[in-house]
Amino acid sequence: MRNLNGNKSKFVYQVKGLNLWYGDKQVLKDINMKVLENEITAIIGPSGCGKSTFVKTLNRMTDNIPIVRTEGEILYNSQDIFNSEMKVEELRTKVGMVFQKPNPFPKSIFENVVYGPKIHGIKSKKTLMEIAEQSLRGAALWEEVKDRLSDNAYGLSGGQQQRLCIARTMAVSPEVILMDEPTASLDPVATMKIEELMEDLKKEYTIIIVTHNMQQAARISDKTAFFLSGELIEFDKTNKVFGNPADKRTEDYITGRFG
Amino acid sequence: MESNNVREIIQQNIRKKNHFSDKLMPKIFLFMALISVVTTFGIVYTLIFDSIKFFSQVPISEVFSTKLSPLSKNPSFGFLPLLNGTFFTTIIAMLVAVPIGMGAAIYLSQFASEQIRKILKPVLEVLAGIPTIVYGFFAYSFVTPLLMKLIPSLGAKNVLSPGIVMGIMIIPMVASLSEDAMNAVPEIMKEGAMGLGSTKLETTTKVIIPASISGIVASVVLAISRAIGETMIVTIASGSAKNFTFDITQSMQTMTAYIVEFTSGDAGSGTVGYYSLYAVGLILFIFTLIINLIAQYIARKYREEY
Repeated sequence: MRNLNGNKSKFVYQVKGLNLWYGDKQVLKDINMKVLENEITAIIGPSGCGKSTFVKTLNRMTDNIPIVRTEGEILYNSQDIFNSEMKVEELRTKVGMVFQKPNPFPKSIFENVVYGPKIHGIKSKKTLMEIAEQSLRGAALWEEVKDRLSDNAYGLSGGQQQRLCIARTMAVSPEVILMDEPTASLDPVATMKIEELMEDLKKEYTIIIVTHNMQQAARISDKTAFFLSGELIEFDKTNKVFGNPADKRTEDYITGRFG
Repeated sequence: MESNNVREIIQQNIRKKNHFSDKLMPKIFLFMALISVVTTFGIVYTLIFDSIKFFSQVPISEVFSTKLSPLSKNPSFGFLPLLNGTFFTTIIAMLVAVPIGMGAAIYLSQFASEQIRKILKPVLEVLAGIPTIVYGFFAYSFVTPLLMKLIPSLGAKNVLSPGIVMGIMIIPMVASLSEDAMNAVPEIMKEGAMGLGSTKLETTTKVIIPASISGIVASVVLAISRAIGETMIVTIASGSAKNFTFDITQSMQTMTAYIVEFTSGDAGSGTVGYYSLYAVGLILFIFTLIINLIAQYIARKYREEY
């Protein structure tokens, strides 16, 4: 909770009147939302409510879909990400992303972690090794892989692969990490490890996580946003949303009455 | 500290990066893609342009007659003997290649153990790497004499032998593409069938093959187009008799062999005989084009979605 009332906190993201269409179908409707630095924001809602799309919009991964049209503003550190001045590659090094299924490259563990730093011009072997160790430690994977950094990443278990992907994201030193259902394909033990990890991560990063798992949202997040049919129904402190939701639909959803 | 340092270096580098190569390279790639398109149009243009010269001098009714004597005093250009030759060699080749290729594919993808697969697959691929001239020679000097012992009336040049050898040549193509299609069927579908108590063979015939039929049919159709276009084997082993006959023990000339015969110097440039090459080439091109289109259509239409 330390960041919630901290007076130095600043808004990393300010989303203003965001509308998004897939062809003719409106997927996001007038979203307004502010994300504070070093907080974990959980985004919940039934399948197809637009929560994944919303998160993908935050680092412009939706650029790759030709039929997508957006309106409104997303300020990242008070800079509009849709502005032509904004280099999308730069945005994506600052706003990292972890996906639903672990997606390591078919390379060694080490090469996976240093992929980002390498393409962004860090050449020194020593620095790369330092980055690799630091990132793997940060993702609580170092102890498990330190003796086999040159092994193929696909030899790791699913949970380890996902932590490797988190390490890979951390290696380019982002400010924000977006997570799109990062534990959806993992077993409870691996899920727990990643949840514990997120507690540590939020000291250095701002985290926005999409999850289908309500307990997960309640356990790990500072704020929770509830999406329904493309609308942001409720956005507040997590204990408020789960303890005393303002909207009937939020209550119905979190108590399992639908969705 | 450390991580802020890295962050700064990365951000600096990213800002410094000029995206010249990101802009230029796609244009170079486009250019390379266009080369093949332009070449295709160039070939089609030449074929059509010179074919028009042929068809302006020879009436269509003559083209569809059975008398082909391009070099006689009073030349006649009936292409039916050539179509006939191509038709028979192709049919024979397919009768050999499809069952054997399919069988090999089924064995390799469903029944073979990993060790056997490791040996069989490379051998099959070697078969695909043998130059066609070697196959032609093999047909003429080995298969034909062998067949003569069974069929005494077989001509030294005939359609049967090159047809069979062409089929053998195409086996790896059918086998390899069909095997890929069958391997692409998800394991879980196989398990579904096994879980209902079907045998391996039942699983293969009732689930795997229907699920991969589009790939299998596409491989067969591609094999047909390969057989139609095949040249060397038929030139060597099936001869140049321009007979319109249905007797596969005798020599027939295919469209491709006709073109070989005439480009080796018999027809003077500018004569009708010379332009007839382009006409035959055009017919050949249209055939293979149609067949490739059919292959694509089938592959798309009969895809079992999974």
